[in-house]
Amino acid sequence: MRKEILRLLEKNSRLTAAEIAAMIGSDEETVANEIKAMESEKIICGYHALVDWDKIEHERVTALIGLKISPVRGEGFDRISTRISKFEEVKSVFLMSGASHDLILTIEGDSLKDISHFVYEKIAPMDTVVSTATFFVLKKYKDHYIDLTEGHGDDNRIQIMP
Amino acid sequence: MKSVNKTVLDMKPSGIRKFFDIVSEMPDAISLGVGEPDFDTPWHVVDEGIYSLERGKTYYTSNSGLMELRQEICSWYERKYNVSYNAATEAIITVGGSEGIDLALRAMLNPGDEVIIPEPSYVSYVPCVSLAGGKPVTIDLKNENKFKLTEEELASHITDKTKVLILSYPNNPTGAIMTKEDLEPIAKLAIKHDLYVISDEIYSELTYTEEPHCSIASLPGMIERTIVINGFSKAFAMTGWRLGYALAPSSIAKLMVKIHQFCIMCAPTTSQYAAIEALRNGDKDIENMRKSYDERRRYLIKRLSDIGMPAFEPEGAFYIFPSIERFGMTSDEFATRLLESQKLAVVPGNAFGQSGEGFVRISYAYSIDQLREALDRIAIFAHIQD
Repeated sequence: MRKEILRLLEKNSRLTAAEIAAMIGSDEETVANEIKAMESEKIICGYHALVDWDKIEHERVTALIGLKISPVRGEGFDRISTRISKFEEVKSVFLMSGASHDLILTIEGDSLKDISHFVYEKIAPMDTVVSTATFFVLKKYKDHYIDLTEGHGDDNRIQIMP
Repeated sequence: MKSVNKTVLDMKPSGIRKFFDIVSEMPDAISLGVGEPDFDTPWHVVDEGIYSLERGKTYYTSNSGLMELRQEICSWYERKYNVSYNAATEAIITVGGSEGIDLALRAMLNPGDEVIIPEPSYVSYVPCVSLAGGKPVTIDLKNENKFKLTEEELASHITDKTKVLILSYPNNPTGAIMTKEDLEPIAKLAIKHDLYVISDEIYSELTYTEEPHCSIASLPGMIERTIVINGFSKAFAMTGWRLGYALAPSSIAKLMVKIHQFCIMCAPTTSQYAAIEALRNGDKDIENMRKSYDERRRYLIKRLSDIGMPAFEPEGAFYIFPSIERFGMTSDEFATRLLESQKLAVVPGNAFGQSGEGFVRISYAYSIDQLREALDRIAIFAHIQD
């Protein structure tokens, strides 16, 4: 049941416990309790709106930053990753397989300058960071399974059909 | 001017048309009236269609359709429903399931032959029988039987002129299914009275029971008298590709191909290439879509019962068929008033035959957000009526 609840919430976090219960054939109280439990167990870590900032007059820049790290004996990449995670500007931190980068960060800022500044002021000088590569996002086509391109998701079906 | 065709002249216009006209002039109306999936065709299937065009596959195929596709269809039917038809002589690729119904009727009927059509049912069977020169004999199915066809109902409509029975389960508009146990007595009667069965199984992949769909062709003695109609529209969300198929004993299939080659030539080539991909690698797509439909189905059952519009639990297709008895209106009145007061369109049940009077068809090929909004409107409407 947890899997079913999570699958539904991951796609649409605004579903109520009563709705989820109806959809999976359970009752409201059971579902509400499961959700609460998963929240306190940090299985559900938060609820967010997926915003297309391009649609409002607001400058916002997203960048992916690739980092090469020289790992430290006994702690691998954990210590540096935790330190980087503490910065408010950092949206996500992933440890990667493959040779080109060890960590990939996503960073959001108000301008290109903001982000570059943050990278060379805060990230690049850190002890074990060997090199950085910054990739600015120019346009988002799809995010969190949602197609963000113009006109997508419109219901173009004939409204009444036998 | 000389007179035109009398059969066509006498055909009643579809009861749905009127609503369609009103809704299309109401820009802020929402609808639960669609008859097709809300999912896009899975991308790997679309991609295969595009790729076939890039490779220059822009020509006719053989009349019966690509052999490769017919083989995939036959092994699909064997794998899923335990029925084996011969790809070379018993399979025809058609322009949607609708063409298959027309071909089968035209291939079999002589003037005056009777065709039994259990209703409520999809709207094309009666006109297609008339156009093929047959006589439609409808059976009014009952809500208390969950709109299944019973042995008694069938037996009491068979005459010495009866030639064909049209079965369409999972059913549009009721959402009813017929299990193996339900079909067995029907098959026995068909054999006893030497009837052909046209089994329209277009919704066969959309069932919500433990047991998968049962094709009547899989029952003993039935494959030689059953024409299976199916297609890609519902299972793979491919309505606009216009691709279906018919599986029939070779003596009938041969005649169907004859009509098809003169009237249609062949089904769209691009769609046929895409369909091969759908059958080979589409199991997971179907599973995901079925899961979504099932969630919405349960949600609707709950909401409608809370509102006081009871419906038997539909186990197939993507429709629910609640009774509107308590409102003391005809289906037409109910649908018209709901549209006028709440700007919500549903399809009146009598559009699918007289026995659909007192019901409306609600489609759940919509997102939960759309369904929530629509059901809120129905709840307000019901509250105003009380």
